[in-house]
Amino acid sequence: MRKCRTIPATGGDGAHLFGKVRLFGMEVYLDNSATTRVFPEAAALAARIMCEEYGNPSSLHLKGVEAEKYLRYAKETFAKILKVNEKEIFFTSGGTESDNLALIGCAMANCRRGKKIITTQIEHPAVLKTCAYLESQGFEVTYLPVNGYGQISLEDLKEAMTPETILVSIMHTNNEIGSLQPIAEAGALIKRLNPATLLHVDAVQGFGKAKIFPKKMGIDLLSVSSHKIHGPKGVGVLYVNEKVKIQPILFGGGQQMNLRSGTDNVPGVAAMAKAAELIYEHFDEDIERLCALKEYFCEGVSKIENVKINGLIPGEGVRGTAPHIVSVSIPGVRAEVMLHTLEERGVFVSAGSACSSHKPQPSATLKAIGADKAMLESTIRFSFSVYTTKEELDYTLREMYDKIPILRRYARR
Amino acid sequence: MFTAFLIKYAEIAIKGKNRHLFEDALIHQIKYALKKVEGKFCISKTQGRIFVEAQSEFDYDETIDALQHVFGIVGICPMIYVENEGFEKLKETVVKYIADVYPDRTMTFKVHCRRANKSFPMESMEVNAKLGEVLLDTYPEMSVDVHEPKMTLNVEIREKIYIYSEIIPGPGGMPVGTGGKAMLLLSGGIDSPVAGYMIAKRGVKIDAVYFHAPPYTSERAKQKVVDLARLVSRYTGPIYLHVINFTDIQLYIYEKCPHEELTIIMRRYMMRIAEHIAKQTGSLGLITGESIGQVASQTMNSLIATNEVCELPVYRPLIGFDKEEIVTVSKKIDTFETSILPFEDCCTIFVAKHPVTKPNLNVIRRHEHNLDEKIEELVQTALDTDELIIVE
Repeated sequence: MRKCRTIPATGGDGAHLFGKVRLFGMEVYLDNSATTRVFPEAAALAARIMCEEYGNPSSLHLKGVEAEKYLRYAKETFAKILKVNEKEIFFTSGGTESDNLALIGCAMANCRRGKKIITTQIEHPAVLKTCAYLESQGFEVTYLPVNGYGQISLEDLKEAMTPETILVSIMHTNNEIGSLQPIAEAGALIKRLNPATLLHVDAVQGFGKAKIFPKKMGIDLLSVSSHKIHGPKGVGVLYVNEKVKIQPILFGGGQQMNLRSGTDNVPGVAAMAKAAELIYEHFDEDIERLCALKEYFCEGVSKIENVKINGLIPGEGVRGTAPHIVSVSIPGVRAEVMLHTLEERGVFVSAGSACSSHKPQPSATLKAIGADKAMLESTIRFSFSVYTTKEELDYTLREMYDKIPILRRYARR
Repeated sequence: MFTAFLIKYAEIAIKGKNRHLFEDALIHQIKYALKKVEGKFCISKTQGRIFVEAQSEFDYDETIDALQHVFGIVGICPMIYVENEGFEKLKETVVKYIADVYPDRTMTFKVHCRRANKSFPMESMEVNAKLGEVLLDTYPEMSVDVHEPKMTLNVEIREKIYIYSEIIPGPGGMPVGTGGKAMLLLSGGIDSPVAGYMIAKRGVKIDAVYFHAPPYTSERAKQKVVDLARLVSRYTGPIYLHVINFTDIQLYIYEKCPHEELTIIMRRYMMRIAEHIAKQTGSLGLITGESIGQVASQTMNSLIATNEVCELPVYRPLIGFDKEEIVTVSKKIDTFETSILPFEDCCTIFVAKHPVTKPNLNVIRRHEHNLDEKIEELVQTALDTDELIIVE
């Protein structure tokens, strides 16, 4: 027998569960759209605040004041990056809460003006499911279709707009195929047609990969998640333009100007700000590098017979989509099998969107761009970060060249 | 308020001269089950009774739950006890007991006394009558019915005097370890954990084997099987789970044999491997979750094909069960929620659209010869790389 392990009924740190990463060759983490490795500087800051400056900013004493300075630091940081006011920055528990607060909070606060909402078919479930909830509460939601590259058309948006439209929610960067939406144009169009209509942008995948300036792009609310930009999990930002009428969805101690009650997550917020700061420090060169890597990887993938890279717009190269996401369909190889094959070699990727992997159901985004069954079943996502190297991509490509022909030989008949 | 439990067991009482073996096994299993419960317990055996007495503060609900997972227990009676200090003391205790346990006392009752300790000055009939009188006087809303009482107040006079009136049902069956050991083919579906539970209920210790097919099945699928084994182990005690890497065998069969026969031939190799490990580790049989006609590989014809490769008996406790009945048991033993998690198991990955339902034994045997070149080596490798996980 190879080895013998005793698995007790329970154990500290989940030691009784599997999931210890075993290494074969090298470890290549290409699932950065699911989550990212925390920057050591951000982790160190969080650890210091947790162990030393652990006060509650709501406390009147010095320990509270000491902690509060980190909230101010974080607000300043995000205000500067987004070119907005500090008082327009709110901290939440992550992208999902930011989306929920933006949608539900605005819908409820503005429902007397109208009950119509517009969004797209390819939003993250944090938006789609929230919209479904709002529908159950009497709101009417229009879901804009996308073209084969995962983009909405401004014509469709224009047609959908009505005087009763109180809110439009469009994602900046799609999490599955990396398609980008014409946010600035949409913002301008919406304001022209109905200045009272609010624009929410889910920038969970876009923040840190693109320069987003809400005030210049007509964005009234913007969701950001910390753990997609090398910050800790469980924290996020919602930018809310000061003119926006919004009501809270959590009630309690009245923190954050009553919009988001709950003790401030000081270590998380500070570490997130530190990560954002670092991300935007060498922004241009990092993005340039990511684009070059993406170009290189796409070229390498194209050498495999009968594969399709989703979302790439002909003539625009890789620049027309997010610099960090490559969605590949490999007909004849089921996504899960490809994923586990690469996993055995230490390469971690995602089948469709990681968030939907708990329930194997065809991806809404892939369906919306018109993927057929063979494509739906065989699409995997590679997503890069500043840590990704060319060597890692070479290794990954080699594994794919080796394994795909074998896997195709054993395709389901 | 309860500080002790009387453990009732039925079947093992009739096992003649082997009785003490069964009782000892039961005590062993009770001790094992109570290890995980907060509190210290003393378990003792006297005159055909097993007592569990708490020696410290303990969690009552956890204790009952743990005891309800011990096969061999028919009933659990929560008791209180008093020192043997005469009838007056007993009377006071009983009156208080009724007040504590029954907030609503509109019910019929009888008193049932057993006097094992003959030094007690009253006979049991007399105790019955006197205590009945006391209760009727104290609680006028109660009435006596000696034939079909709602509540029977049991009074056992031994060194101490034990008082109990409630019987909480146990799982029944026989203590695990009294019936030998068998090897369960655990797949991750709904049926196999139930099959393991049912055979364990007859006192059989369970080992298990799981066929893993990376990269076609994931680490999570394996975790799911470990989780299922853990749920079953709450009844059976520690389970030795053998994880066999089946990928190469499966691909080889896929390559060499007709696709419609893949599942049957695969099952035959699973049975062979399971039997091999079973024999090596002292199991006296195999257990599967098969039920006639549930899927193509479980028709009677298919069962002939999978059965013939084994010498050991194959126990199929669910053979006559409908799916609904199996689901009911799996919900009862808490494995259902885990079983339906959507991870692919190795039986479904290459399954044909129309697998054979009436395999011809000769044809199957002939096609298996297509594998002659490499199969022995592959099976040996699979056995050599058996990963043993002890789940408890």
